[in-house]
Amino acid sequence: MTQAARKGAEQWNLRLYVAGQTPKCITAFANLKKLCEEHLGGNYTIEVIDLLKKPQLASGDQILAIPTLVRRLPPPIKRIIGDLSNTERVLVGLDLVPK
Amino acid sequence: MTFEESLEDLTADVASLGFDLAALIAQRKIIIDDVRVNRHEIEETGEYDLEGLFIRLDHAIKSVRAKRVVLDTIEALFAGFSNPGILRMELARLFRWLKDKGVTAVITGERGEGTLTRHGLEEYVSDAVIVLDHRVDNQVSTRRLRIVKYRGSSHGTNEYPFLIGRSGLSVLPITSLGLQHEAPLDRVSTGLNALDAMLGGKGFYRGSSILLSGGAGTGKSSLAAHFVDATCRRGERCLYFLFEESPSQYMRNMRSIGIHLEAWMKDGRLHFHAARPALFGLEQHLVAMHREIEELRPSVVVVDPVNDLMSVGTANSVKATLLRLIDYLKTSHITALFSSLTAGDAHEQTTDTGISSLMDTWILLRAVEEKGQRHRGLYVLKSRGMPHSNELSPYSITDCGVQLVRRSPRTAKRRTR
Repeated sequence: MTQAARKGAEQWNLRLYVAGQTPKCITAFANLKKLCEEHLGGNYTIEVIDLLKKPQLASGDQILAIPTLVRRLPPPIKRIIGDLSNTERVLVGLDLVPK
Repeated sequence: MTFEESLEDLTADVASLGFDLAALIAQRKIIIDDVRVNRHEIEETGEYDLEGLFIRLDHAIKSVRAKRVVLDTIEALFAGFSNPGILRMELARLFRWLKDKGVTAVITGERGEGTLTRHGLEEYVSDAVIVLDHRVDNQVSTRRLRIVKYRGSSHGTNEYPFLIGRSGLSVLPITSLGLQHEAPLDRVSTGLNALDAMLGGKGFYRGSSILLSGGAGTGKSSLAAHFVDATCRRGERCLYFLFEESPSQYMRNMRSIGIHLEAWMKDGRLHFHAARPALFGLEQHLVAMHREIEELRPSVVVVDPVNDLMSVGTANSVKATLLRLIDYLKTSHITALFSSLTAGDAHEQTTDTGISSLMDTWILLRAVEEKGQRHRGLYVLKSRGMPHSNELSPYSITDCGVQLVRRSPRTAKRRTR
């Protein structure tokens, strides 16, 4: 069993913090969607939080950079910033491949 | 917005400076956003900006309708994100954004090597730059601040010392630019009729500065005590800076010559401030003295002795410091008495020339050995704006204080006291 598949068996809870429909945010969401489909099968949920609409949620997850992806589950919490265009780095950041 | 300290730490820290942060938060006067940037938790993958920071700031500003914003310290951002290009761009945008918001923002940053700020950016995008500095000279440390830049104002360019005390931060008064203070005409008694007589019959001018210099054991503190006693008797307040003795020791010694100061201290007319001069730098002494004076608003200030202040600074800096103190006292119409210990009888005039030019009245106490006895004599070296005696008046220190003996027939009458 590959590490990716093993991780894939767990339930993943991801949050993507964006600020409106900026190109960076749209790119980030598209990249995330694609990556999850390829590596996590169906065991994931993505919650997109638009901070322009809910600014009070920014401090809870210590968001400064936009876009920020937060892995809420499985623990520990991981933060990945940027438009997620570097798939390799995202997989490292999500612990889907070893560093 | 705090980047380095947690809310709990910050609350505890500023409590020691007299701020009740918890109460201010409860009254919705302030909101603290505790930002933590942890680089090893963050993976950077492609393009990003710091819109999240803007959103948090905006939300915080709106929630308490803030007029002032503090970011302490933006160094944390540089530590947290690896792409300096994005950071620079975003910081420049942040400064503009804060300005557009109409808030006054204080942003702290660390000083770089040879540059004002470590990243060499903040100073160009901000409207005012204040540099804080902590220096140690002769084992004495002084904090100083300097306004490097303040757009649209003619600001002072000097370095000003400041002190962090129990009521927050205090900056030294700026040296007055001109000699504009009003000279009061009324006079105050020296506490000795005979000495008053030597000073044109009425004593010192109110708001003047007086130098009392003499060798060891010539009775400088005793004469000062007479003046203090007379001041308190008039119902005025007096602030006494003691740099060599403790207040109780001083009062005990004065009691032995029949001057009782305890009662004045108890009813609050006399206030002592005793400190070792080496405790902190000259400038800090000045700040501390200034603050005491502000609090008590005395009509008389005694500095006993002023020499000890000199031991913590160079002759020039002492003169500049005293000048500032005297300027301040003069504009507030506070009479100031400085005692000065001179090295020996031969040098008594030269040692004080540095500061004597700042003084309005200079009284010299000297001891002369004659026929196996030590005689004390006093004369008024100068006293601006009044006719004064030119003779050396012998005096003795007795159980009832300092007794002046005047040789001239006119004062023979006054001898009976």
